[in-house]
Amino acid sequence: MAEAPEDGEGGAEGVHDISEASFKAYWRENLTLMGVLLAIWFLVSFGAGILFRDFLDQFSIGSAPLGFWFAQQGSIYVFVILIFVYSALMHRIERKYDVDDDQG
Amino acid sequence: MDIMGMSPTLFWTALFVITTFGVYIGIAVWARAASTDDFYVAGHDVHPVFNGMATAADWMSAASFMSMAGIIAFSGYDGSVYLMGWTGGYVLLALLLAPYLRKFGKFTVPDFVGDRYYSQAARIVAVICALFISFTYIAGQMRGVGIAFSNFLHVPIEAGVIVGAIIVLFYAALGGMKGITYTQVAQYCVLIFAFMVPAIFLSLQITGSPIPQLGFIGNAQDGTPLLQSLDTTLTELGFSAYTDGSKAMIDVFAITLALMVGTAGLPHVIIRFFTVPKASDARKSAGWALIFIAILYTTAPAVAIFARSNFIDTVNESRWSVEAANDPAARGDLGEGDTPAWFYNWRDTGLLNAEDRNGDGLIQYRADPAVNEVTQLDRDIFVLANPEIGGLPAWVIGLVVAGGLAAALSTAAGLLMVISSAVSHDLCRKVLFKGMSDTQELLVARIAAVAAVLVAIYAGINPPGFVAAVVAFAFGLAAASFFPAIFLGIFWKRMNKQGAIAGMATGLIVTALYIVHFKIGFSAAVIGVCALLAAIAFVVLIFGTKGEVGGTGRLLLTILAAGLGVTALLGPFGVLPGFAMGTADQWFLGISPEGFGSVGMALSFAVSIAVSVMTPAPPREVQDMVEEIRIPSARAHVGHAPANPAPAE
Repeated sequence: MAEAPEDGEGGAEGVHDISEASFKAYWRENLTLMGVLLAIWFLVSFGAGILFRDFLDQFSIGSAPLGFWFAQQGSIYVFVILIFVYSALMHRIERKYDVDDDQG
Repeated sequence: MDIMGMSPTLFWTALFVITTFGVYIGIAVWARAASTDDFYVAGHDVHPVFNGMATAADWMSAASFMSMAGIIAFSGYDGSVYLMGWTGGYVLLALLLAPYLRKFGKFTVPDFVGDRYYSQAARIVAVICALFISFTYIAGQMRGVGIAFSNFLHVPIEAGVIVGAIIVLFYAALGGMKGITYTQVAQYCVLIFAFMVPAIFLSLQITGSPIPQLGFIGNAQDGTPLLQSLDTTLTELGFSAYTDGSKAMIDVFAITLALMVGTAGLPHVIIRFFTVPKASDARKSAGWALIFIAILYTTAPAVAIFARSNFIDTVNESRWSVEAANDPAARGDLGEGDTPAWFYNWRDTGLLNAEDRNGDGLIQYRADPAVNEVTQLDRDIFVLANPEIGGLPAWVIGLVVAGGLAAALSTAAGLLMVISSAVSHDLCRKVLFKGMSDTQELLVARIAAVAAVLVAIYAGINPPGFVAAVVAFAFGLAAASFFPAIFLGIFWKRMNKQGAIAGMATGLIVTALYIVHFKIGFSAAVIGVCALLAAIAFVVLIFGTKGEVGGTGRLLLTILAAGLGVTALLGPFGVLPGFAMGTADQWFLGISPEGFGSVGMALSFAVSIAVSVMTPAPPREVQDMVEEIRIPSARAHVGHAPANPAPAE
């Protein structure tokens, strides 16, 4: 509760306003991050596992064709990573604009 | 070898089932719900990792546990739609929905839809969607419980369904979301242990690797690449290669998309993220949930390959013994080259059968039905029989049964919660009887849970035809109704109630019609039941939207309700027309009913946006609310220009 709010009035409990410009910038950064991560989400599942599967199947990982592996294994691993990456990067963005929920 | 007069398998199964059930009941007594907050959202104080586990158990149903590996084993590449579809949705949840819905901070999905679209009509449409989706889903779970009981504990399906239902009811009605959450954590531990133990043993036996995910890409013990030799063997036997699918690419794409988006829109999954303390925890919790789910979902395709390879190796061209088939005592001295004992054991349950039709003394497993001698092969067999196929001790079989029951019960409990809160909170308190107190609401919630369980028991014992189409219905409808309404509600401030109602209704109706036409068929009886359900929905709409819908609108609704009611009443007199079920060559763009949710979703988005643009913008307070939910912190607010001074000034 010690940090000074960027804009507006700071209340006793750390309640504060953020400017509309700051809110828009925060939201735009969030949307950009989401866009990038969702593009990866699409590429590993619909891309590697479905649309480009035949092309990728000429390569292999271990003894499994690569496209097939992405459809049944790889995409799921990437999904898990994507969520934790988003969680971490989003937290940074929120702190930058002082809208994080670290203290409720 | 009998223990207390029971065979070892029966003894261990009974022991595990009774012990785990005792644990669930104990947790329920410990985690009783005292307030509506406890009952609906577990007091908002569940740790993200625990919520992740509970979500995973809630999510993984009897079908995930028992059937999925088998479905993949039979369909090879085509099975990927379930693997990607039922995991990829969590990315959408974590990025697009969960944190914002948590910040919104209410109890249910219809709460959000009703408040965001400042409309009782929108709330009622959401309640109807939630109830329909959850009832389809819960009937399937209860059926799974009954089958598990009857196959392993030799009690009739009816008794199994009733015992399972009473257990779920006990902890759902007593503990609400709080009881359910902590029971689900325990159930996750049981089910994942039960799934992994046989999988690891099987992987060791077949590939020498203790990690099934590595076995998946590894070589068989004789050094040949596992997947390639499976492809070769299957092709020789007349099947299509394992790594080739038979579905069209557009259909694989559409099904995967519908399952992903549907997952993100399923109410029993969404409400789990209301239970964590804050928005950022909702994101983390979705990540943990996916880790816990991924453990099973990346193991299942490995189990599928092992089981299919193993089945062919041990059963195809094996010596069939009529004596062993008829007399369990003769199964002890079966040896190399004989049809294995587990095959005969499972034959007794009716899930598996073979017949030496050409009289050569051997069993031929072939794709061609004219020469295939494996006459019955249930897809669930690959998970259920794994412990015996792997020669594992009897206690492992008991464990697998307890795991399957844990999977079914945890999902059923989550669904029961949605049904009970939709009736008590959304329908009764927010629409029909606005003056209810918390105590009355809790009472109604518990009564609704009891009523829902009775319906689920009935549906589990006499499964209605639509249970077979549960995947298409639940995911298709969630994708086509909830997802667009919630997504646009968060990401597009301009989205208004007209757009939301039109979009949800279009998505729901078009998707439901397509699925019924191609999965069930519009027979006279089906038309009658649909008309009856629609008439009830309209009556609720008429009562619930007093003051919101004008005179002409109400008149129109009344006429529609009356027309549908009369249509339903005509049903028993046999005057309704019937239509033949649609066939695969009539599919829209070659998209199966399972994948049609994608089309319904696109349509719902298009209608929502078009109608919103043509009608007035939502009120200022609603637009401010959208800004508030986009900010995780409860302390920060968006300060507006003088037109809307912030309260602090």
